[in-house]
Amino acid sequence: MKPPILEVRDVRKQYAAHTALDGVSLSVPEGSIFGLLGPNGAGKTSLIRIITQITGADAGEVLFRGERLNPSHIGRIGYLPEERGLYKKMKVGEQLMYLAQLKGLSKDEARQKIKGWLERFDIKSWSEKNIEDLSKGMQQKVQFIATVVHDPELVILDEPFSGFDPINANLLKDEILAMRSRGTSIIFSTHRMESVEEMCDHIALINRSRKVLDGSVREVRDAYRAQTYEVEGQGRLMVMHPDFEVLKHQERENGHFYDIIRLHGGTTPNDLLRYLIGAGSVEVHAFRELVPSINDIFIRRVRETQPDYVPETDTALA
Amino acid sequence: MSKIWLIAQREYLTRVRKKSFLIMSLLGPLLTAGIFAVPVLIATLSDKDKVVAVADAGGLFADKLPEAQNDITFKRVSADLPTAKAEFNKAKYDALLYVPKLDIAKPDGFQVFSRKGLGMSLQRDIERSVENAVEAQRLKNAGLDQAVLKTMKADVSLKTISLSEDGERSSSTGVSTGVAYACGFLIYMFIFIYGIQIMRGVMEEKTNRIVEVVISSVKPFQLMMGKVLGIAGVGFTQLALWVVLSFGITSAIAGSVSPDKIVQNRVERVNAAAGATATVQAKSTKSEGNEIVKAFKEADLNFGLIAGCFLFYFLGGYLFYGALFGAIGSAVDSETDTQQFMMPVTMPLVLTFVVAQATLTTNPNGQVAFWMSMIPFTSPIAMMMRLPFGGVPMWQLGLSMLLLIAGFLGTIWLAGRIYRVGILMYGKKVTYGELSKWLFYKG
Repeated sequence: MKPPILEVRDVRKQYAAHTALDGVSLSVPEGSIFGLLGPNGAGKTSLIRIITQITGADAGEVLFRGERLNPSHIGRIGYLPEERGLYKKMKVGEQLMYLAQLKGLSKDEARQKIKGWLERFDIKSWSEKNIEDLSKGMQQKVQFIATVVHDPELVILDEPFSGFDPINANLLKDEILAMRSRGTSIIFSTHRMESVEEMCDHIALINRSRKVLDGSVREVRDAYRAQTYEVEGQGRLMVMHPDFEVLKHQERENGHFYDIIRLHGGTTPNDLLRYLIGAGSVEVHAFRELVPSINDIFIRRVRETQPDYVPETDTALA
Repeated sequence: MSKIWLIAQREYLTRVRKKSFLIMSLLGPLLTAGIFAVPVLIATLSDKDKVVAVADAGGLFADKLPEAQNDITFKRVSADLPTAKAEFNKAKYDALLYVPKLDIAKPDGFQVFSRKGLGMSLQRDIERSVENAVEAQRLKNAGLDQAVLKTMKADVSLKTISLSEDGERSSSTGVSTGVAYACGFLIYMFIFIYGIQIMRGVMEEKTNRIVEVVISSVKPFQLMMGKVLGIAGVGFTQLALWVVLSFGITSAIAGSVSPDKIVQNRVERVNAAAGATATVQAKSTKSEGNEIVKAFKEADLNFGLIAGCFLFYFLGGYLFYGALFGAIGSAVDSETDTQQFMMPVTMPLVLTFVVAQATLTTNPNGQVAFWMSMIPFTSPIAMMMRLPFGGVPMWQLGLSMLLLIAGFLGTIWLAGRIYRVGILMYGKKVTYGELSKWLFYKG
């Protein structure tokens, strides 16, 4: 396995009366999409601001490719903040030139890269337009180019889909996947876990300034498998076996049923299937493992330490 | 460092390219020229001659009416007040002076009637005429000839010379005051205009939410300094343009309307109105004009020193206050929230200017002037208002400059601390208590 591109070790950050980060450690594998998940106010943005060297940690350290974070890394990281914007009265081309040069590119390099990106998004004709004359969606594209124009090795996206319309959100998704396939590492930060879980390779869950869980998405899911299965079929389902617990039973039209069944005592899904078929009175139409969503896992994990936890209701769509 | 340069460049270019900059650059000199030209124009154009009717019941003006002066001519009407009033109404005179029967030792009971109320200057002029007539009458009663008295009057103007270690140098208080005000006012204006531009710039970045994008590439301090320096460049460019254009425009105006011509005009008009008696007075006006020119020539101000110091205090004062304005911009979300923080920053500036009127120019080397020219909050304006009068010891100038440098390093540090926290703080009303806490936040 390749060494991690970014390692955060026991980082603490205190603001006046409020602890933003309380000993957070995590490691971001090279070339993967890493989801930094947690509710609003959990400390995600504080952590990102430390990684992007906007603020410093009170304690702990951050290593970029094994080196302590220092100003030479600024040009190797791209950052799309949650609070974002552009100079309204500047032309697209000039704006990108300026931001690229601030990242340390020379004039020639910057010009070349900007040209490449504008062509890629097919927006070359905008170069001489003022930002304020562009639509919101167009501005979002420019904003994204500004984030990645210097070909960063690590791209950090804070709530990347907030404010993006569905078309641009999809474009962004495709571009993120394309970047990963080119070997770029990506950190995704969001409080809307369901929006990114299908894209992430690894995740870390943060709640109340602490990391509560991390690992690859597969590992995390496996650890939280509840051994529950959905069964759909026709007939009279009678489960009398002590190892199979019916959590939910629904009668539907024409003798159809829908059940959720949990396995106990080391039995396997095959055992359940065999039992259902062996009973002879039912015809199985569908059999599927109930996989917990990252959101469910998060809630379960948080409730272990905080039994009164009520998840935020966030119905907004990306 | 190269990043500060990049930022300064952007700040400079975006501002210099704006239309408003071009307009201000052209308008500034026009306004300056206007300030000089308008009084001259007013003097030549306004004030149609006023006619004062005199109802001389007391016989004060029995020998002759007062001489015409300052665009006023006098005209005798009936000594009987009701008839005089009727005449006054018919002839549309500007004022009617009624001289009652009087005891010359204790003259009293003069009345002036007018249609629209008298102006201050008209009232003063009439008063003076009456006083002169009364005095003349008294002199005559005492057996003195007024002509003799006139030969005894003296008219002296002092040539002031400041004595210093460099030797004698003639100075002119009038010119010094003018230069002092000009320097002080320019610095005052510059700090205000460009300080507020810094504040707006910071607020724009904050409300546009671009600030977080930028400070993931540069340190907040670099962003602030780049902005302060870039806007300073804009200010210097504007100042240079103003100086060049002002010289151009004023000399063009001076060419077409020379002071001599104005005086000439006046002489002709006065002559036409009042006859030959006025030429004497007009001549004196002319020589006054020459005296100003002479004063400038004789003033022999150390223009090299003043110009050098002006640039220093201009820049120093701007840096001192500019950083503070930047800090204010970073701490607030909208222009309306700036008020509470603006007060303590602008107060010393305004104060210096007010005190300048009272003390600085009248007593440029006194205690108040000394302390104000040392304290960095007031020194950029105060010192520039003292310098033209001469007599500021070198050690004071040096100390003042050192203190100002220390001062702006201090305010820049202070502002940097507030700035780096403030620009990332959204939607929160900030108090002074909170600001002071920001100073001690760690990186």
